[in-house]
Parts: sequence; C-alpha cells; structure tokens
Amino acid sequence: MKTNVLSIRTPEGIMFSQLLAGPVMRFLAWFIDQFCIQLLLTVLEIMLGLLGVLSPGFAFAFYVIGWFVIGIGYGIFFEWTWRGQTIGKRLFRLRVMDVEGMKLQFNQIVVRNLLRFVDQLPAFYFVGGVACWLNSRCQRLGDLAANTVVVRSPRVAEPDLDQLLAGKFNSFRRFPHLIARLRQNVSPMEADIALQSLLRRDEFDPVARVELFGDLAAHFRAKVEFPPEATDGVADEQYIRNVVDVLYRTSQVPPFRPKVQNSEPPAAALQL
Amino acid sequence: MIVDLQRFIANERPFWNGLEKMLDHLEIEPNARMSLAQLQLFHQLYERTAADLAKITTFSSEPETRRYLENLVARAYGEIHETRGKQRRFYPLEWFFHTLPQTFRRHVRAFYLSLAITIAGCLFGGMAIAFDPGSKPVLMPFPGLLQDPRQRVAEEEKATHDRLNGWKTTFSAELMTHNIQVSVFTLALGMTWGFGTILMLFYNGVILGAVGVDYIRAGETQFLLGWLMPHGVIEIPAILIAGQAGLLLAWTIIGRGSRLPLRARLREISSDLVTLIFGVGCLLVWAGFIEAFLSQYHQPVIPYNAKIAFGGIELILLILFLAKSGARKTRKAVNPDE
Repeated sequence: MKTNVLSIRTPEGIMFSQLLAGPVMRFLAWFIDQFCIQLLLTVLEIMLGLLGVLSPGFAFAFYVIGWFVIGIGYGIFFEWTWRGQTIGKRLFRLRVMDVEGMKLQFNQIVVRNLLRFVDQLPAFYFVGGVACWLNSRCQRLGDLAANTVVVRSPRVAEPDLDQLLAGKFNSFRRFPHLIARLRQNVSPMEADIALQSLLRRDEFDPVARVELFGDLAAHFRAKVEFPPEATDGVADEQYIRNVVDVLYRTSQVPPFRPKVQNSEPPAAALQL
Repeated sequence: MIVDLQRFIANERPFWNGLEKMLDHLEIEPNARMSLAQLQLFHQLYERTAADLAKITTFSSEPETRRYLENLVARAYGEIHETRGKQRRFYPLEWFFHTLPQTFRRHVRAFYLSLAITIAGCLFGGMAIAFDPGSKPVLMPFPGLLQDPRQRVAEEEKATHDRLNGWKTTFSAELMTHNIQVSVFTLALGMTWGFGTILMLFYNGVILGAVGVDYIRAGETQFLLGWLMPHGVIEIPAILIAGQAGLLLAWTIIGRGSRLPLRARLREISSDLVTLIFGVGCLLVWAGFIEAFLSQYHQPVIPYNAKIAFGGIELILLILFLAKSGARKTRKAVNPDE
C-alpha cells in the first residue's frame, strides 16, 4: 500500500514515524545539487586555468578527472559527512536513512549513488521517478538496492501563543491539579485541533464558528470538569483559549531545551 | 502517568544526557569497545529513555521534548540492534590485497558467467565479421576501427611524430573516466534482473571479437596483440568484474534458492558490490595509464614482442593476485587454532 509515512517499531514497543519525501521534492533537491556541482566545476575550471598556462594537457586531464570525481563523488561525500544529506537535501529538509532505522553505512551510500546511472535513464531521472512513484516507500532503484529511504522533516511553525492568548485571564490556572489531569487526558491530536481552531477562527462563518467552539468546548468539558467558579461566564471560545493556554504554556519556568538540533529527524541516519 | 511534567523532565534529564554522551562517543570513535559494565549501563539508559518516550508520547504539550527523545532512542536503537559488522577504519593496502581478491573469489561463479557471456559475444562478433565483412560498420560504429587493418598498421609503423605529444595525460584521463563509467553502468544494470548487464557484456564481447577477427584475417595478429595486450589484459577483466558485480546484484534480486527476504539479501551483498566496483576502478586507472603511455606506441618505437611480453606478465600477475592474494588470511580465519 502506498503511504507517505515510514514507521519503525522497536522491540521495546516504541514507534517512530518519518515522513517520506515524494518524487517532486526529491527532484527539486537534485536540481539544487546539480547547480552546486556546476558551481564546483566552474571553480575547478578557473583554478585549472592557471595550470593551463604551464601545461594545457595536464590542466585538461585534471579537469576531466575532476568532472568525473565531482559528478560521482558529490553525493557520496556529502551524504557520508552530513549523515544522509546533500546541499539540496538540506535545503529541502530531506535526509537519507536506512529503511529499518539502522545505522546508515558507507556501502549503502555508495550503492545508492552509483545506481543513479540507471535511475537517471533515459533523462531527468525518468526511471527513478517512475520507480519512486510506484514504490510504497517512494524508493528509486538505487534506494531499493541500498535499503535506504529519503525522509523529510518539515519545519513545524511554532504558533505565536503569546499573541493568541495575550491579555486574557485564565481562570483554569487556579486549579493546577485539574490542569495536570487535563494534560494527561488530552491527546496530542486533540490539542492540535484546539490550537488550529483558534488560529483559524477568523476564517470561519460566524454561525459555524459558534457551533465549532461549542462542540469543542463540550468535548473538553467531558475530559475534565472544572468547578463552576472557573467556568461561569466563560464563553465556549474562551474555554478553548484557556484549554490551549494550559496545554501549550506548561510552566513559567523555561522549558527543557535539548542540546541537539530539533529539526533533525529522529532517525538512525543521525549517527553514521 | 506523568503528573508533574517539569519534575519528570528534571528527574529524567541526567539519564538522557548520559545516553546522549555515550552515543556521541560511539559515533566519534567507531572503533571504541565498551566494557561489560558500560554495555549494561548503555542498555539500561536506552531502556529508560525508551520508556520515557513511551510516557511522553501521549502527552500533548511537549512536542520538542518528544522529538528529542525520539532522536535519542532512534540513535541508540541503531547501535543496539545493528547486526552488520561494525565499520572499521579503512586500510587501503589491506583492502586491496585481502578484501578485494577474497570478495572476487567468494563470487567467482558470477565472474565465470560474465566471462562466458563475453566469450559468446566474441564468438558472435568474430563470426559475423568472418562471414560478412560488410557488417563491420554495424558491429563497430567507431571511426578508429573502421579503417582497413593493413593500412592502419602501415601508417602506425611509419609515423615519425608522436600524435599524443602533450596530450597523453588528457587521453589517459578520458580513458579512465569513460571506462569507469561503463563499468558502473554495467553494475547498475544488474537492477534490471541482469538483462542490462548481460547486454553490456555481450556487446563488449561482440566488439572485441569483431576487432580481433578483422585484424587476424588481415594477417596483423602480432600488431593486434601488441596493441591490445598491455592495457587489455587489465581492462577486459575489469569490465568482466563489473559484470560479475552486476550479475551478483541481479542474482540477489531474483533470490532463487534463498529464503531470506529481498532486503536482507541486498544487505548481505552491499559491501561486496562496493568492494568489486572500487577494485574495478583501481584496475581501470592502471589500464588507462598503460593505454595512453604504452599501447599507442608501436614498432619501431617499442617492439611488439616487448609489449606482448609486458601484457603477458601483467596477465599472470593479475591472475595470481585474484586467485591467491589474501588466501592465507582466509585460511587463518577459517581455522583460527592453526
């Protein structure tokens, strides 16, 4: 079955999900990489121009070898040193990783890059694109042979909660034990629905907006019942505002900031 | 159940940091070996972090921490569950004199098949030229080969100036890059269940057979051997080894006789494919040098017999290298007590 997600389940029962990169995104990244390769070749040509004054034969030989080495070695070098990324992939937030979440090995990188010779047939990666389109994990032939996939980690835009929730008194804050229970009972998806409804509230028809927030408020009231002094006189939309406030703004103390870049996907591709 | 998230993070953070530090160390030092105590600690930290991730996954308000923990657990998962051999430091000489010939011998049947396909192509090309000399432009659509052999030999032997003077390096580089590209392509075509690889090998054989018979019929066998042997005894086996790698890939995809799933089969041969194609690259660099600096010079500059002898010595060394190099180490590995 065609899917855009790669799920890896560990024996401990932990599951990771990675978004798979589609053919169009990969083609764009490849296009950037081709530009970088051309740039490198131009730099090489300029440098060898100086050598050409002394020996045109040597200069041209170096250019031929440089053209070949850069053309084949660009992908191998960057994917190895940048743990599955080239410049194009990095720009589009793509990354090569092992299909089973294992460590990405040098052999895999070499195989997937050498098999570009077949994938790019007859032109513009037609074979690779068709294979990618037909394959359930969006793998081109090189990926199939090397047991790799290309995943993407889209940038998650952090909502401007301060602006969204500014200047509003939150009566729920007086009941920390109920807030803790609410956080426990609400799933990440439910929390996201509440947040998105607030972010898009101005796009709704007035009647639909009242109905939506009415339904949402009823849903969250069923999760945890706050006492009347916290909810009396609070409109449904304000109720959802309060819910989002306590769910997303967990504490006044600074949140835990991991050392590693959070934009990196949680893939084994990180530790080549 | 997490009641106080901040306290939970504060309590668990030292364990996460500990795991992260161990992972960083393992990634920077791939040859590092952990003691039993360190291994136990590593496993404990992994299990604890995985459990923390399971707890926090259901929590709606900490996406950043969740992503961080997913990252850590995935890295540790890759370290713990990786069953392939650990990547060691690369030693070029050991690779060339041990790993490459051993890998070649391990898949020698694919090489024999590659050789058989090329010989079939040679026979076809040779017979086509023998029975229908008019087919030459179809079989060898290269201007350099269309010339009458006798005329070419006469021109080469009378040449008074060096045609490649000042451009030998460029010619050599062009030969190397072109031949390596053809070899990589031959390997990559293994993905077509081997059809593409077989076609490439057969076509190369056809050209070789056609050229051979064309020169032999013209009575220029000595020139042919003197021209082709110095570089051909390396270049042709290199293409055959690329074919061997392509056929190995094809056989792995077909998977006949193996109960392993495709992914596991491909994992098994991945390093062998890379070894073979890098070996091909080394051979073709040598062949490119020889073709540009030696093969293109004929009698009276370099006597044919000297070139043929040089080619013969190369061939013997190549056969010895592929058949014997690294064999002692293999026996030791099989019988470590000896």
